[in-house]
Amino acid sequence: MNPASITRLDLVLATPEMFLLAATCVILLGDLFLRDRDRWITFVLSLLTLAGVGWITAATGFTERTVGWHGTYVADPLSTLLKIVACGAVAVAFLYGHGYLQERRILKGEYYVLGLFALLGVMVLASANSLVTLYLGVELLALSLYALVAFNRDSGVAAEAAIKYFVLGSIASGALLYGMSILYGVTGSLELGVISNAALQMPAGQIGLLFGLAFIVVGVAFKFGAVPFHAWVPDVYHGAPTPVTLFLAAAPKLGSFALAFRLLAEGLGAVHATGWQDMITMVAVLSIIVGNVVAIAQTNIKRMLAYSTISHVGFILLGILAGTSQGYAAALYYTITYVIMSVGGFGMIILLSRKGFEADSLEDFKGLNARSPWFAAVMLMLMFSMAGVPPFVGFWAKLVVIQAVLDIGSLWLAILAVALSVVGAYYYLRVVKLMYFDEPTDKAALQGGGGAMRFVLSLNGLAVLALGLYPGLLLALCARVIP
Amino acid sequence: MNLLTVIVLLPLAGFLLNGLLGRRLGRTFVSVVGCGLPVLAFLATVKAVLLLQAAGPDAALLEVAYRWASFGAQGFDVAFYFDRLTAVMTLIITGVGSLIHVYSTGYMKDDPSYARYFAYLNLFLFFMLTLVLGRSLLVCFVGWEGVGLASYLLIGFWFEDPAKAAAGKKAFITNRVGDAGFLLGLFLLYWALGTVNMDEINAAFAAPVAPAVSASLVGVLLFIGATGKSAQIPLHVWLPDAMAGPTPVSALIHAATMVTAGVYLVARLHGIYEHAPEASQVVAVIGVLTAFFAATIALVQTDIKKVLAYSTVSQLGLMFLALGVGAYGVAVFHVYTHAFFKACLFLGAGSVIHALGGEQDIRKMGGLWRKIPVTFFTFAIATAAIAGIPPLAGFFSKDEILWFALASEHGGSPILWVLGSATSLMTSFYMFRLLWLTFLTPSRMSHDTEHHVHESPLSMTGVLIVLAVLSAIGGFFELPHFLEPLLPMPAVLESLEHYEHTFVFVAVAVALLGLAAATFMYRRGLARGEALAARFPRLHRVLGGKYYIDELFEAVLYRPLHWISDRVFLGLGDRLLIDGSLHGLAALTRRASGRLSRVQTGQLQWYVAMAVVGVVGCLVWVWRHG
Repeated sequence: MNPASITRLDLVLATPEMFLLAATCVILLGDLFLRDRDRWITFVLSLLTLAGVGWITAATGFTERTVGWHGTYVADPLSTLLKIVACGAVAVAFLYGHGYLQERRILKGEYYVLGLFALLGVMVLASANSLVTLYLGVELLALSLYALVAFNRDSGVAAEAAIKYFVLGSIASGALLYGMSILYGVTGSLELGVISNAALQMPAGQIGLLFGLAFIVVGVAFKFGAVPFHAWVPDVYHGAPTPVTLFLAAAPKLGSFALAFRLLAEGLGAVHATGWQDMITMVAVLSIIVGNVVAIAQTNIKRMLAYSTISHVGFILLGILAGTSQGYAAALYYTITYVIMSVGGFGMIILLSRKGFEADSLEDFKGLNARSPWFAAVMLMLMFSMAGVPPFVGFWAKLVVIQAVLDIGSLWLAILAVALSVVGAYYYLRVVKLMYFDEPTDKAALQGGGGAMRFVLSLNGLAVLALGLYPGLLLALCARVIP
Repeated sequence: MNLLTVIVLLPLAGFLLNGLLGRRLGRTFVSVVGCGLPVLAFLATVKAVLLLQAAGPDAALLEVAYRWASFGAQGFDVAFYFDRLTAVMTLIITGVGSLIHVYSTGYMKDDPSYARYFAYLNLFLFFMLTLVLGRSLLVCFVGWEGVGLASYLLIGFWFEDPAKAAAGKKAFITNRVGDAGFLLGLFLLYWALGTVNMDEINAAFAAPVAPAVSASLVGVLLFIGATGKSAQIPLHVWLPDAMAGPTPVSALIHAATMVTAGVYLVARLHGIYEHAPEASQVVAVIGVLTAFFAATIALVQTDIKKVLAYSTVSQLGLMFLALGVGAYGVAVFHVYTHAFFKACLFLGAGSVIHALGGEQDIRKMGGLWRKIPVTFFTFAIATAAIAGIPPLAGFFSKDEILWFALASEHGGSPILWVLGSATSLMTSFYMFRLLWLTFLTPSRMSHDTEHHVHESPLSMTGVLIVLAVLSAIGGFFELPHFLEPLLPMPAVLESLEHYEHTFVFVAVAVALLGLAAATFMYRRGLARGEALAARFPRLHRVLGGKYYIDELFEAVLYRPLHWISDRVFLGLGDRLLIDGSLHGLAALTRRASGRLSRVQTGQLQWYVAMAVVGVVGCLVWVWRHG
């Protein structure tokens, strides 16, 4: 590619990413010269960077689908939405994590730098228009996350989790890359638009294409953490420091959605019914069943939320497998609401913890109502929302996904999804029961979390309610950005 | 500006402020917020009425607050609809509501739960306004349920007393029965018409092509809902018990506003009833029977609030009589006058109870007029108004009801008129009986009580005076004429056309007869009344026992239902079948969960093996479909 042929449009297209990269490098270098007690500067600079990226993304936001960088990069309303939500999720994750890290004296600049690089990966994924760009985004995201999980060097559990994550993630990347190479071999192009046209021309059941597709589905399912490629999820969620788990559960899911949408819908939409629908259906069904059923047996709330994530991923895949634009919009809506809810859920764990005490056991939520009625109510809203109880936003998320599945005539999938939501309600409501009907083991008032975190966490809980009372806005937005 | 939304949201803001902050910020804050926001809502309503008047006689203001939910092309909006009917109801609710809030600052002054009281009262206003302003039946239903909730909370306001808590429950459960009818009617309408907007429902029934649903069936179902909320036979039993709540609550919820919701519903959906003669007949007959029987019960009650409660049931019956004969505007007219004089009576009774330190038995009162003159004069005016003495408000509305009961082409009949007039006679009699026994006869109070009798503070007497003035002059506003563009009057039978004035004289004579009879019986005290009761002991017992309706329900409904619930549904259905199967399923799930979670061994090789199984599965699929 001749660098001289870069146009002004190309530059505008990637301004947010370039700004993020530059700012992150500045932070990385500047952090070297900071003493530990001045580390808050890194924190503030990171938040400013996020605000800047969000602002630039919104300001340069393309209302029309615009392709640049020789067909490898795309900016459209979907990428704008995903990037802005990702910036917000990362900012909230930084905010919730700050006090936790500070208290345990592991507040290192790496946390922020790695987090920002991971965000860059998500943004590249959101704008990818070729297999190479997609892979670049996947690896940038994954490598940052491996390091993030291990970043508390003194923790054996975290190191173990990181190694598992790394090995399994490498296999996933390998599978994805293998599938992509076959796809390239079959269609002769790396660009998603060309691949899409080529796939349309091919006869149904072309074995080479399907063979590549199988590995791509495996790769996507791995990145999402769907059954049977989910094994890393509980161990990593459990082993990583809670702020990292919080981070993992938020922005990367938006990246996974972008990966699935760009690859499966935009690149391979032509072979939806004859190709990947059945495979994704199996993966989605298994995820919903295993996620919801196994979560019941967990006593560690981080593990419980990990299994809950697996079941939510199953729901997101339900929307994707429908293959209609309504289904993709539902999946996008589900992803965004899931990010909001899980950020809140892990934020509550951070709020309850303090130095030397992780609050990651279900028992630690006992009698929370007596200790802090307001935050018990926030957790109640989050749990109800995750369980899909109206009027919280989680209800609408489940509703639109199930509606999308019904519209393609899969009654059995809808029934299964509803039945397992009921099973899922059990473990969410158990948290509520512990908070409201059990005596606290520790009667002290909550100490964790600064004023800013408490404020944002309260807003987080209220957002779950407000978006549920007023679902039209976000639903319409999601429907509009999906072409 | 979203004026209508503002009207609805103001009391909600009051509820939130008082409910969340009231206890911390003290009584002055609670009073200012609790009274101020309803007053603001009233002013906003006046503004809306002026806008409406400028827009013309059959115009309506429409405001979509937001889209609540959408299902494909269909959607449910939270929209507010403001025409003349809504205007009248909203003015009553915010106007009388504001007055009663002000009165409450005096009446509830020493209550420890002052903030909770005003929070509930504001909550009630919010739901009541949602009920009357909602454009769709669905929004109306939200308000309908909400006022039920607020009513339940306020009846059981002093929940430390189990009898009062039980009265709250009784009101709530009895209303549930009616709500079932409301809901069925709602579903049926949505199924048949595809809309729940009430203006569109009316239009659909007026269209040349009749909708594919029986108007009478829908009408009767919705009327069942109305019988619950408006305490008509056989669901009237909750209202007298509801007097357990604080007296201003009885005045606001159980006399002036909430109980007229059923009347509003039928009047709002008059499009259905105009095309449903059978349903209208049911409405008229139930209405007149309720009016008649409730009046007979009121004759012998000795609790001042119970007399007023049965009188309310009876007056609501008259309103339904008017609805049943197609005189929708007249029914709303009576809602309007009744709101003034009944609120005045209840608040007057509250003032009496307040003065006597909690005494409610009229046999232990008497001679109060000298001690609490303002209460007496306002009470006397309201009594004359309800009795139908011209030219007070009640006279106009009641006279028109009786006239249309006889002469309407839409189901008027002499029997309805006779029963209605008998009710009117009894109303006049028991109300003047109440007036004599409470205020005028020689005192029967204990010396100690008599010593403490005092007039109420200005916040209470001021409100009484305003309401008494309104009871006196309210009838001169020709409300049926004002509403005629929306709610046309029924035609009058030709044979009776020229006799309207004659029947006015008859109605006045009936009211005066009641007054005279009460004066004769109770001028000297209880003696003559007791002698009469002793002569007809059985009748007196039946009336005093309220026709034993509660006992009847207990015997034929409660006990068999309880038995079936206990033995069949609980024992067999719930415990054995549902619990059995569910516990079985739950145990199964838990066991599966335990087994499955053991898969997560922590060993990386095993995880990879699982993934390989997945990859192989995908490849097998490719092999078979390729």
